[in-house]
Amino acid sequence: MNAEHRTAHGPAATGPRAVTDDELPVVTGVSVAAPNGLGTEDFWTATRKGVSGLGPITRFDASSYPVRVAGEIDGFEAREHIPSRLLPATDRATQLSLATTEWALHDADLDPAAFEEFAGSVVTANAVGGVEFIQRELQSLWSKGPRYVTAYMSYAWFYGVNTGQVSIRHQLKGPSGVVVTGQVGGIDALAQARRRLRSGQRFVVAGGADAPVCPYGLTAAMTAGNLSTGADPATAYAPFDGSARGHVPGEGSAMMIVEPLGAARERGARNIYGAITGYGSTFDPHPATGQPPTLARAARIALDDAGLAPQDIGAVFADGAAEAGADRAEAAAIVDLFGPGRVPVALPKTMTGRMYGAGAAADVVSALLAIRDGEIPPAVGTGGLAEELGLDLVLGGPRPAALDHVLVLARGDGGFNSAAVVSRVS
Amino acid sequence: MTFTLGGLRTILRDCAGEPENGDLDGDVATLTFEDLGYDSIALLETLSRIEQELGVAADEAPMDELTTPQALVDYVNGQLARVTAAA
Repeated sequence: MNAEHRTAHGPAATGPRAVTDDELPVVTGVSVAAPNGLGTEDFWTATRKGVSGLGPITRFDASSYPVRVAGEIDGFEAREHIPSRLLPATDRATQLSLATTEWALHDADLDPAAFEEFAGSVVTANAVGGVEFIQRELQSLWSKGPRYVTAYMSYAWFYGVNTGQVSIRHQLKGPSGVVVTGQVGGIDALAQARRRLRSGQRFVVAGGADAPVCPYGLTAAMTAGNLSTGADPATAYAPFDGSARGHVPGEGSAMMIVEPLGAARERGARNIYGAITGYGSTFDPHPATGQPPTLARAARIALDDAGLAPQDIGAVFADGAAEAGADRAEAAAIVDLFGPGRVPVALPKTMTGRMYGAGAAADVVSALLAIRDGEIPPAVGTGGLAEELGLDLVLGGPRPAALDHVLVLARGDGGFNSAAVVSRVS
Repeated sequence: MTFTLGGLRTILRDCAGEPENGDLDGDVATLTFEDLGYDSIALLETLSRIEQELGVAADEAPMDELTTPQALVDYVNGQLARVTAAA
């Protein structure tokens, strides 16, 4: 936060607990593995240019499935990135978690071995478990019998295993955990990281990972009824558009290193991408009650938590469900907060698909990089209804913008809403 | 039929990867699995694979005693010899 904002909305007057500058949770390392780029640089270069990673499913023969398009990461060979000891024991989501964690630590120039063993924690989000691993073992179970199910199945399928393997690999023995809150988990993991810092942890590895693109993962996701059946990768995922027909799933992982600002400066951290200044989370009432969804309230809670007013926000990274009703509800929430067309809206996930547990974490990384580079990435292949819905959706190319504070919104199946505010650190 | 250290190396590589410490092709017969970086679940997986390939029951194996590649090879050969003698 800059001085002006501190004066106007002093942190002591907001939130349950005042945060001094030194305690401000800041992101000092980032890494993304996404369908449009493996590693932060490739991901961000593609995202700024509007290069999509969506394509026809190639990982398996999808010709008998109604869903034909997904976001697959090309060129990720796990054996090039993680020890062979871990290969037979890990799902793709875990392998992506391990690779991105290593890159994020490197980006932060932070060596966990230089700290006391309980100094570092891990909090990751995962929405669907190790579905590809599960599928392979179920195939063994039914085709060969129970004795052919690997012993690694005992943990490799589990939502918490990404945190566990990262913790073991880097000997991060501080209190750790996993958040399983669907597609908002990437933000909730950061919120939990912030709580860990408040209770004295020196640093936290936080983010999310999911790899749902396999027959079992796809079939399970299809039961929610909101996957796009579009066959053209350029138009299959079209939030805020008249052709919206559900989302395209994507695989990915995004990890961040979060530290208190004072300690990060003290160690001479080379990157301080920004601070996590606000967080809000709500759960929608059951639709049968007739009560409205609560995304706007989550956003207001996050703004209040950050001590900011809507006019302080330079851009919104939206959720973009690509379902007519949900799109209208999100647009209404944004318009309710900011007024029609008053804030630029970004949707980089139009280039990756919805990466479930990784999605909101990747959006937070994009928001931080947008602040750093003064540029809001474009959404691709969509946006026909944006203006009508009162949204200033960034389309056609990156838009230069001096950003101090960015709001990131996320929703998940069944009523999850989370919002985060990330802010420039000057 | 005998089970060799070479056979164990192949199975270990396949179901537990390269050791965290040292070279599996080196003189590993009397090093402990723990020192090599193979944990108990990797050993369980290895025993399960041996059962699939050689029919030596994994759930009867005294895992606490099978701490080195040589001990495991000897145990498997002992079990194979018993089966042969019984037949």
